[in-house]
Amino acid sequence: MKSNKFNAKVVNKMQLKLPSLSVNEGMARAAVAAFVSQLDPTATELADIKCAVSEAVTNCIVHGYRDSVGYVRMTVKLCEGRIVRIEIADKGCGIADVKQARQPLFTTDAAGERSGMGFTVMESFTDGVRVSSKLGKGTTVTMIKVLADLDLT
Amino acid sequence: MGRATFTYEETGYFLRVKLKGDIDHHSAVAIRSGMDSLLYKIRPRRLYLDLSGVDFMDSSGLGLIMGRYALMKEIGGDVVVCDPCPGVDRVIKLAGLDKLVRIERSKTDAAGQDKPRSRRVRKEVLK
Repeated sequence: MKSNKFNAKVVNKMQLKLPSLSVNEGMARAAVAAFVSQLDPTATELADIKCAVSEAVTNCIVHGYRDSVGYVRMTVKLCEGRIVRIEIADKGCGIADVKQARQPLFTTDAAGERSGMGFTVMESFTDGVRVSSKLGKGTTVTMIKVLADLDLT
Repeated sequence: MGRATFTYEETGYFLRVKLKGDIDHHSAVAIRSGMDSLLYKIRPRRLYLDLSGVDFMDSSGLGLIMGRYALMKEIGGDVVVCDPCPGVDRVIKLAGLDKLVRIERSKTDAAGQDKPRSRRVRKEVLK
């Protein structure tokens, strides 16, 4: 039943395609936050989502398109049961070892002062992260955030 | 959104850098180079990173703090992080950065917190 979080029925959907310029990181998280706001998330939930999105988009820019500029595609789906599903995809270099990349503090770019905490932040601030990657083809990160029920009292 | 900026204040051995705006990979690059030239020039004993004006920070901010911690160690000083907001605080704690650098929280709320605390801190350090 757990995997249902990843294929719950979609109610509303938003797509965004941005070139992998670091200036777009702020745009990406602001856009997701604005779209998710229609579900009245708590301030903490919204902060979690923004942070997780920022990590995933930064990964595309810093690692996926290391020596080039390509497109970062973002799809946000609002599903039944107050489930937010966010897919962030690039067509960059891909990850050789996803398991290793997800380890806390692992980074391939220590000189650039990357903390190696990107995936750890995504995992901690959301309710599920899936990574599919193919060398030379790109990486797609899918994140699920289940929002708490609205308190209507 | 918008660019992150910082202002600084130098008092004796201390350098207080107040960051403002969102800290992400984009803004961290500029802050880092600006701050490092300052650190090499002033060579303070302690760097206060005032985060009270930062309402968003991701792991790039962790890299920024850890990098400055390493630099301060190199020039013989330390780093104190001041007044992170709850969201920023969670990211810091997630990485266990609160075990590496001291986090200081002013008792009062964000407005006008500066003076009483910094004086107290100074005394504590100088004795």
